[in-house]
Amino acid sequence: MKEKLVVVGNGMAGIRTVEELLKLAPEKYAITVFGAEAQVNYNRILLSPVLCGEKKFADIVLNDDAWYVDHGISLHKGKEIVSIDRRNRTVVAKDGTAASYDRLLLATGSNPFLLPVPGKDLPGVIGFRDLADVESMLAAADKYQHAVVIGGGLLGLEAANGLMKQGMKVTVVHLPDVLMERQLDQAAARMLRKELEARGLQFIFKGVTKEIFGKGRVQGVRLEGGHELTADLVVMAVGIRPNIELAKKAGLYCERGVVVNDTMQTYDPRAYAVGECVQHRGQTYGLVAPLFEQARVCANHLALYGISRYEGSITSTKLKVTGIDLFSAGNFTGNDTTEDLVMQDAGAGIYKKVVLANNRVIGAVMYGDTMDGTWYFQLMRDGTDITDMRARLLYGQSHLGDSGHGDIKTRVAAMPDSSEICGCNGVCKGTIVKSISDKKLFTLEDVRAHTKASSSCGSCTGLVEALLASTLGGDYSTAPKKKPMCPCTELPHDEVRLAIVNQKLKTIPAVFQTLEWKNADGCNKCRPALNFYLLTAWPGEYVDDNQSRFINERVHANIQKDGTYSVIPRIWGGETTPAELRSLAEIAEKYEVPTVHITGGQRIDFLGIPKETLPAIWGDLSKAGFVSGHAYGKAIRTVKTCVGKSWCRFGTQDSTAMGIELEKMTWGSWTPHKFKLAVSGCPRNCAEATIKDFGVVCVDSGYELHIGGNGGVKVRATDFLCAVKTPEEVLEYCAAFLQVYREEAHYLERTAPWVERIGLSYIKQRVVEDAESRKQAAERFHYSQRFAQADPWAQRAQGVDKHEYIPLKLVG
Amino acid sequence: MQAVTKTRTNGWVEVGTLADIPKQGARVVRTQGGDIALFRTADDEVFALRDRCPHKGGQLSQGIVFGNKVACPLHDWKINLDTGLAVAPDEGCAARYPVRREGDVLFLSLVPEEGCPNK
Repeated sequence: MKEKLVVVGNGMAGIRTVEELLKLAPEKYAITVFGAEAQVNYNRILLSPVLCGEKKFADIVLNDDAWYVDHGISLHKGKEIVSIDRRNRTVVAKDGTAASYDRLLLATGSNPFLLPVPGKDLPGVIGFRDLADVESMLAAADKYQHAVVIGGGLLGLEAANGLMKQGMKVTVVHLPDVLMERQLDQAAARMLRKELEARGLQFIFKGVTKEIFGKGRVQGVRLEGGHELTADLVVMAVGIRPNIELAKKAGLYCERGVVVNDTMQTYDPRAYAVGECVQHRGQTYGLVAPLFEQARVCANHLALYGISRYEGSITSTKLKVTGIDLFSAGNFTGNDTTEDLVMQDAGAGIYKKVVLANNRVIGAVMYGDTMDGTWYFQLMRDGTDITDMRARLLYGQSHLGDSGHGDIKTRVAAMPDSSEICGCNGVCKGTIVKSISDKKLFTLEDVRAHTKASSSCGSCTGLVEALLASTLGGDYSTAPKKKPMCPCTELPHDEVRLAIVNQKLKTIPAVFQTLEWKNADGCNKCRPALNFYLLTAWPGEYVDDNQSRFINERVHANIQKDGTYSVIPRIWGGETTPAELRSLAEIAEKYEVPTVHITGGQRIDFLGIPKETLPAIWGDLSKAGFVSGHAYGKAIRTVKTCVGKSWCRFGTQDSTAMGIELEKMTWGSWTPHKFKLAVSGCPRNCAEATIKDFGVVCVDSGYELHIGGNGGVKVRATDFLCAVKTPEEVLEYCAAFLQVYREEAHYLERTAPWVERIGLSYIKQRVVEDAESRKQAAERFHYSQRFAQADPWAQRAQGVDKHEYIPLKLVG
Repeated sequence: MQAVTKTRTNGWVEVGTLADIPKQGARVVRTQGGDIALFRTADDEVFALRDRCPHKGGQLSQGIVFGNKVACPLHDWKINLDTGLAVAPDEGCAARYPVRREGDVLFLSLVPEEGCPNK
């Protein structure tokens, strides 16, 4: 018989936990859900748009009745649980309905805090918490004129704005002298106040509510000092309190909330708790992102997987008042030991403040233009050292070398539905917005799975997050800080790499076993990454696992959309001869190559080669002296050069010879992502060295070295690494840089985002300042090259991996 | 091995041995009606599917095999080898073909199983 799980609370936290549990262990429990409200589970954070009339209740339902039925869940709507008998493991509702449990999940949420003033119980005095409150507000707005909202925080302002939109005259009474003092600093709060006053809201600051009065129904509010406000409706929005009455009565240990450990377990091992009713490591949370993280962990333990821990959340806030963009996160007020970076343009209605401590973002507050909020938040959670981008930080992420998408990023909300958001997968704004609302998506991962948007190059991630924010009304779940490398493990890339080296793991199965992989043979995300990590950690020792390589690397050619392949031989430094060109021409004619193309990296591309023909064409290329150009791999691609001082009147050094030497040294090396080089003979930079992963610009005094450039979807100019005097130094610095990148970047991370993630200073320290570290890294690179520089094409022309290129059988 | 719901007494074609297909890999049987991909999982189960991804026709035989799934090399759709169905939230299917194993010898039926129009 199935074990019995009883969920007390039919809100977002409880049901999210159930959903996560069903994903992990759909058959484990017979599930019963009790909800005090008469509705199915709905998106509470969207009550504001319902109040404003922008959405209907049906729009914000997350799980309809059919969902509960489909998943075999017994749902008791409108039945508030009033007691828990932990000894006999039963719960009882107000109407006497009882249920017994093997495990209990408390998700009772929170209650609005009502000021203990006379008149607080008069009809017409309400909180702002559930659908019933919204319905009371809408009913009042229909009949009456004057509303008073007590509390000028997030919730209070949303209520005030909604009531104003419904035609009421609204006064907000606020105890402190600035609005949203927990989320905003003085400057941002002033801008918000000005905007809201312009819309017609009235404010009374330092207002102390003394009494609410009225006969039969509320008629007014009296403040300290005698001031009286007419009120047909009073909304108290001075805070929420975790709803712990039930847990307390049942004898569960509570402080401000129900106290839980990192597995979301209460002091009773059979009882778990999630959401706003919970107190974890001294913190309570009132936002949706932490609650979803808790749900994931709790489900993991209910499913008896027992491998996941909740370690608390850092939260950010966005205001859900239409047309007002506000963002805040972390410590945005600062203190004596912090620094503020501030940008203010009152005319344009823009204010940004980023607070730094030890060159790391510890908080941010923004008004007017909040597009970069998620980016600052990410920097904050990752503890990124921002020294290298300090001067540009306030201008936002788009100014860090992104010339491709900078302009469309500004106003995602104003974009038409037909605008393309994800160029890689051709996904338009309308499709994403529709999926978010129809399929109830909350996270970036959800959107990626359902629409493919942002799932390829990731450059539109900011836009997709902005769409999530604008569609969901500003609050959505962000990824936990430690991002697992794939769904097979909880460990992030860095920890896996470290374990491979420290614990001397030398095969993929050894990694799976030692690090307790969830899927016996991994997935198509982790296996190629592990194969690369092992190859880098144990050169000459690790045996490459062909089945863990993407098709292009497995067969050493680039798959095209029709299933044929492209073949690009190496042409060292882009310099060729008539004899080489003649043999290429003859081979192309012999195999009737449909298309011959010159690539962006100065190589010649044969397109449309059937797979079966590959070994033969490689054999001919091999005889003519060509080796693989690795144009198909996460590997060294090409070294692009100009003619340099041999011919060019501006040339300062022999850039072609330098390029050929670099290519001879580096070819054959596998890298976390593709790696391109270039050498320009003078600062006119005809080889475009400043958008390459490693670029050399020749000058009279020697060679300038540049790193981390990218000319792809997201253009990024290189950072200047250093200047050196001799070709030998260029080779040594290049080898060292490559090796540090190979050993430390995440798989599928180009040098551009890698440099931004770990900072230029760190790379300078490893490759420039510390000569010993440079020499050792270069040596490790040369050692690994001893095993890498065997031409895969020549090997396959001689019969290696023959099965890859021929059908198993021809029938008929 | 895959359950054969519609066994024919004749029409089985001998296509090779288990060892011909790499573990966590695939090979193609080329027929007049198009390619059929034979997959071998890590624990030596063999499945056969039409070698066309329901998304944009990618060759499933070229994908990475993990568990009982294959990831299409073109746009990373995952297809269940045992059912031929795309992994949610993607929707679609590749037709399944019955495979029979006698010792290490593999036999393939060229008659697809019912249920998926993409034959």
